[in-house]
Amino acid sequence: MTEYLTLSLILFTIGAVGVLVRRNAIVVFMCIELMLNATNLAFVSFSRQHGNLDGQVAAFFVMVVAAAEVVVGLAIIVSIYRTRRSASVDDASLLKS
Amino acid sequence: MTAFWMLAPLMVLAALGLIFLRNAVHAALCLAVVMISLAVLYAAQDAPFLFAVQIIVYTGAIMMLFLFVLMLVGVDVSDQVRETIAGQKLIATILGLGFGIVAVLAIGQTVAAATVGLDGANENGNPYGLAKLLFGKYVLAFEFTSALLITAAVGAMVLAHKERLRAPVTQAELAAQRMRDYAESGRHPGNAPTPGVFARHNAVDTPALLPDGTPLEESISQSIVARGQLREGYDDDIDELREQLEGSEDEAGEEK
Repeated sequence: MTEYLTLSLILFTIGAVGVLVRRNAIVVFMCIELMLNATNLAFVSFSRQHGNLDGQVAAFFVMVVAAAEVVVGLAIIVSIYRTRRSASVDDASLLKS
Repeated sequence: MTAFWMLAPLMVLAALGLIFLRNAVHAALCLAVVMISLAVLYAAQDAPFLFAVQIIVYTGAIMMLFLFVLMLVGVDVSDQVRETIAGQKLIATILGLGFGIVAVLAIGQTVAAATVGLDGANENGNPYGLAKLLFGKYVLAFEFTSALLITAAVGAMVLAHKERLRAPVTQAELAAQRMRDYAESGRHPGNAPTPGVFARHNAVDTPALLPDGTPLEESISQSIVARGQLREGYDDDIDELREQLEGSEDEAGEEK
């Protein structure tokens, strides 16, 4: 139980650092997916710990939301790339000034 | 636990690859490794339904979507080293490490009750138990996900749809444009020169040489330049060759 939670935390931390460190918008997205997956692992572990399936249902809903989020997010990346010819999160700063 | 101890180090390594690998395709492959390993861990934790869903939805659909978009956007060098905010990487790493250490310590200090296990909840099969919860207790949330999925599908179509603003350019117009360019700016109307020909290295990442020995940058494909795969140091090669040639000419002159 504790091992699974520790692994989940390590993966979540790596994902969070990746979001902050990487500049390529697609890789940032992958890091977000990694964080969502890490929380899913924690959900499934807690589900087994408590002996009911509510945790697994929560993980299932997280997967559905992640799928929807990826579809919209990647569409945004593609449309930004079309207008600005760049997939770097640093270049999309039109709202800044 | 055997599966866990075999997969956990692999997953952490693959996740670290997501941070450190510069090529986005390699990062995507690392993420696929993490996701498949997670699916195995779900199976090991009495969640066979989530095992199947993880493989189908994550590694099947989502990773494919990522690779498709990488293909559309192209593998360029947008992950530049220059930091927009000074010291951002260092601060992010310190904060991330701090968070990880605090959270792992907190987990280590909690006293967990004995694991109940899912044998009771899974007695009619795991999908049966999940379905009972999904269509009973969580049926409202389940209905909302359908609205979410429809919104996402419509949103993706609206975002990715490109309205054509002007009529498509025909081949005749392109040819006329080339000739106009030639008349106005003297731009050569014919094919761009091929790379690597008459260069020291017979490869597409080396620019062709003009008769006077200067490299012709336009002969390199734009995508190779964008990917940062242009062969470096060809200037030195050319200088070296020129020195040799001049040296031999001098020697020839002295002998005469």
